[in-house]
Amino acid sequence: MGLEHLILIVVFVVSMLVGYKIIDRVPSLLHTPLMSGMNAYSGVTVLGCLTATAVAADMGNTGSRILGFIAIVLAMINVVGGFAVTDRMLRMFHSEDNNKGGK
Amino acid sequence: MLMNLLFSPVLSAVTHRTATGGIIYYVLAGILAITVLIGISMMSKVRTAVKGNLLGSVSMLLMIVLTLWYWNIFSFVELYISMLLGAVIGIWLSIKVNMIQMPQMVGILNGFGGAASMLAGILTLIAAGDGASADLFSLATSGLAIFVGAFTFTGSMVAGGKLHGVITQKPIEFKRHALWTALALVASLLTVVLLSIPAVLAVTVAKTILIILCSILSGLFGIIFAIRVGGADMPITISLLNSFSGVAGAIAGLAIADPLLVSVGAIVGASGLLLTQIMCRSMNRKLMDILLGKTSTPQVKAKQKNAAAATAGAEVKAAAGKAVISDAVQAGPAYAAWLRDAEKIIIVPGYGMALSQAQPLVKNLMDELETAGKNVEFAIHPVAGRMPGHMNVLLAEVDVPYEKLHEMEEINPQFAETDVVIVIGANDVVNPAANTAAGTPIYGMPVLDVEDAKHVIIMNYDKKPGYAGVDNPLYEEGRGDKIALLLGDATASLKNLLQALREYCG
Repeated sequence: MGLEHLILIVVFVVSMLVGYKIIDRVPSLLHTPLMSGMNAYSGVTVLGCLTATAVAADMGNTGSRILGFIAIVLAMINVVGGFAVTDRMLRMFHSEDNNKGGK
Repeated sequence: MLMNLLFSPVLSAVTHRTATGGIIYYVLAGILAITVLIGISMMSKVRTAVKGNLLGSVSMLLMIVLTLWYWNIFSFVELYISMLLGAVIGIWLSIKVNMIQMPQMVGILNGFGGAASMLAGILTLIAAGDGASADLFSLATSGLAIFVGAFTFTGSMVAGGKLHGVITQKPIEFKRHALWTALALVASLLTVVLLSIPAVLAVTVAKTILIILCSILSGLFGIIFAIRVGGADMPITISLLNSFSGVAGAIAGLAIADPLLVSVGAIVGASGLLLTQIMCRSMNRKLMDILLGKTSTPQVKAKQKNAAAATAGAEVKAAAGKAVISDAVQAGPAYAAWLRDAEKIIIVPGYGMALSQAQPLVKNLMDELETAGKNVEFAIHPVAGRMPGHMNVLLAEVDVPYEKLHEMEEINPQFAETDVVIVIGANDVVNPAANTAAGTPIYGMPVLDVEDAKHVIIMNYDKKPGYAGVDNPLYEEGRGDKIALLLGDATASLKNLLQALREYCG
């Protein structure tokens, strides 16, 4: 295991700790949007799919290209669907003042 | 120096990567990881949450652009076609979904993320060729990405199917379930180990078969694991799978040495883990019990039988049920009077409200009571509904101001000074047996102390125990002076209540 791997593992651990700390502050009122937002972030795997698919295309491996295409589609559904539905949900939350102002 | 150290061993053989881009890439990746964290921390307040989500999605877009630039793969047209296709489907899904279906939506999207990570692992292994130029770390993490990605995919699909009612909500248990779970787990991990041996990878046929085997066995593990989980444990399963979908991405990131993927994947993993912990605490369940399939339902059935035997048989019980129904009909004027005289009212919503789509009527009830000068608040149990925070979203959708939605710890002391509590389609989360009935699955689970209020109006479909399977003492007869039970569909019960309210209080 080289230095590179060590750095990656440090990135993993630090991100986990910082993420845990920040997410702990989210009130249960917003747990569903938080979860669907996090769900959108889990589609970040699209970055890996893009790279891997480009490599497959470069190697001229048709089977890999097809798999890569499917992977990118799935990951993008995850990302875009996740963010869009989180946005839709969050816009439903209204304050008492807003309600009165609006009516 | 750093540039030479940080390279992807598997993919670098064929990469177009910009040679001088290294430092710039890592600086930009670091900045984007921080903007993601800022975006998430903005999600902790309603006021900033929409912008936080927007910041997150912009960060994600920039990450994609950065990745395309760094690997110099702008020219591959198929990347754009596939991204566009995915985006269109994603937007279509997000518009189409209805708020009560949010748990299965999250479940299915989770599954797609897992499947993508699995494919990324497969592609990385294929790109590694005979494995001679790759190192153990990349090979092992690729295999692990397939494993975690595949079981996240199938597990999420099963969970989504259960939540959507395509698969039965009841836990399905195979013969020797624990053994099958262990076998699938060990077998899939064995393929992961084999896939990290270059000598095995050198044989193309062996490699192909192993990749397929690894995907199938890991997928089977996900199915066996998720099929055994029952209704009440669903929120925990969804949280857990959410966590795994992040971990799968992070592992795929380790395999292709993508620090952004590692970082964001780990953040998602941590969030899922945290939510899982919160859920377990709120339900008084141990995570390992759920993973090992110690579902609460089977043990409870035995207990119910014992209880029934002790109280002189089932016939008496059936008779008692009828008595209470007629009680409820007569109780009409009584509960209307309670409401008329009440100053402070707390509404406790549960999944029954959601099933009956009674949210608009709940909002009507709130409005009418408030117009009559009463103070109305909502008490939300952390596990009410089928995912964390589900009730809040459903009530926000019908314009209940979020200031009125209170967490359990915050509102529990207030029940003692409350005149009337209206429970709508909630059972286990208000069951006082949780405080007293030692040995039952819900014993020790924190519940909403509705019994502390002067009067309680309960709307429930029937008198059967909730998902936890424990009888609710609130349903016992002879408490008509304190508790009114309105059995049947929540929408019908609410309509009756509103009518009574108008007749007796208008």
